[in-house]
Amino acid sequence: MSSITTREAPRGFSFAEYMTCLSGIVWREGLRFLHQRERFVSALVRPLVWLFIFAAGFRQVLGISIIPPYETYILYEVYIAPGLMAMIQLFNGMQSSLSMVYDREMGNMRTLLVSPLPRGFLLFCKLLAGTAVSLLQVYAFLLIAWLWDITPPPQGYLTVLPALILSGLMLGSLGMLISSGIKQLENFAGVMNFVIFPMFFASSALYPLWRVQEGNPYLYYLCEANPFTHAVELIRFALYGQINWISLAVVAVCTIVFMIGAILAYDPSRGLARRGPAGGEG
Amino acid sequence: MTSPAPIAEAQETPRPEEAAVPALSIDGVSHAYGPRRALTNVSFNVQPASFTALLGLNGAGKSTLFSLITRLFGIQSGRVSIFGHDVSKSPGEALRLLGVVFQPRTLDLDLSLTQNLLYHAALHGIGRREASARSAELLGRIGLADRAASKVRDLSGGQMRRLEIARALLHQPRLLLLDEPTVGLDVKARADIISHVRQLVTEQGIGVLWATHLFDEIMPDDDLVVLHQGKVLAQGPMNRVVAEAGAQDVNTAFMRLTGAQTMPGGGA
Repeated sequence: MSSITTREAPRGFSFAEYMTCLSGIVWREGLRFLHQRERFVSALVRPLVWLFIFAAGFRQVLGISIIPPYETYILYEVYIAPGLMAMIQLFNGMQSSLSMVYDREMGNMRTLLVSPLPRGFLLFCKLLAGTAVSLLQVYAFLLIAWLWDITPPPQGYLTVLPALILSGLMLGSLGMLISSGIKQLENFAGVMNFVIFPMFFASSALYPLWRVQEGNPYLYYLCEANPFTHAVELIRFALYGQINWISLAVVAVCTIVFMIGAILAYDPSRGLARRGPAGGEG
Repeated sequence: MTSPAPIAEAQETPRPEEAAVPALSIDGVSHAYGPRRALTNVSFNVQPASFTALLGLNGAGKSTLFSLITRLFGIQSGRVSIFGHDVSKSPGEALRLLGVVFQPRTLDLDLSLTQNLLYHAALHGIGRREASARSAELLGRIGLADRAASKVRDLSGGQMRRLEIARALLHQPRLLLLDEPTVGLDVKARADIISHVRQLVTEQGIGVLWATHLFDEIMPDDDLVVLHQGKVLAQGPMNRVVAEAGAQDVNTAFMRLTGAQTMPGGGA
């Protein structure tokens, strides 16, 4: 400390400070989630409606042949379970970003962004926190599904965890990227319609892609290009203790691209945040 | 390890050699939202252990300036530094020394007072034990110790503001920004908050930038910056600004300054 006359030497941030920040953000996201019981209930009810009603009705219509990773004939319920797990994460990712738009309007986002830690790290923490919340929802769903006779191998509950973390991060960063371009809450309803539904339906969540290919080859290519399809397949294979390498690669690359995009979009010097005043200007 | 020491010392009594480095330095800052200019070549300093009032009407550019200082927007031209740390080049070091109270409320209403403070502490990398101790102390100082476990939603407007100020002080900043902190508060709550912040200046040597459009919040010894339509019209100790404008009080001085500015500017 030689030159007090000008300014203190930059001291940077220690590993412990980074970890304190990360755990603080995850802790707060968890607390908020616990306070929003309706959000938890609706996060569970949504896939359960698909499972109990849609799948039961569709069971007779759609026969599933033996396709990997399944080794026997399976019920339709069993087929769509991984798709519904991914759907939980899709909704959660979009909802966390909905909360970012809301936070930005309410000023909570400001509290986060004036933290001295690097902004990319803060956003990454926020993504991890959102993913952690989605894991709670997915495992609660798996428990109910188990009672409904959807019983993947016991070790599948463990092997699916890394897949869920990766897909959660991918869908969360996609949501964050989209949220950076949204100024107002109302616009988000549109994003739900234009992002969530097309992504969900044009994927392998509800029907195996070979069936789509028989019907409409163009739709098949669209489904193959949809990152959500690969999130679903990654989860499906992991739940049965296998790795779908192509899906893993697609999901990993998409996660990186979306995350870098989101971090750039929230960077004050080049991002969308510079375009206009946030909230009250005066 | 060794590094936090200078911060702690400086908070006691600012050393003379430190007076050379302003707490906040705004140097030739301009900002535009598309074609609309919000700030034009704004320059002023806030000294440590001083109370600087940023006086301007709604729409003068106060909030834009705050967004630039806190790095919510990128700086388009000019330079902002906090104790010599350029906000654009070393944001971490700059933001570490800065506490902010934004105009809109930024508390988590469903969390308790303590939870709000602990979250903020975590964002600054302050460990849980240290954070708990500081939170308890600050809550005591703002007279809300017995409400520590209540939800923020149950507080009054004035109490929420006091909590926000406590939160802004949690990481022991040396510069505190407040954006119209008394808006919407009753007379008593306003007076409490003003005296609390003035105490921080005299007792802890914190540099304060207080944005307001309320003339009666400014005292004769304060430094004053008059911002109007994105330009600084006058700055200096309030007494001098008032005298130079040939006025008796801030109110008249402000009217003369802005009136003189707007009339010729109106045609251009």
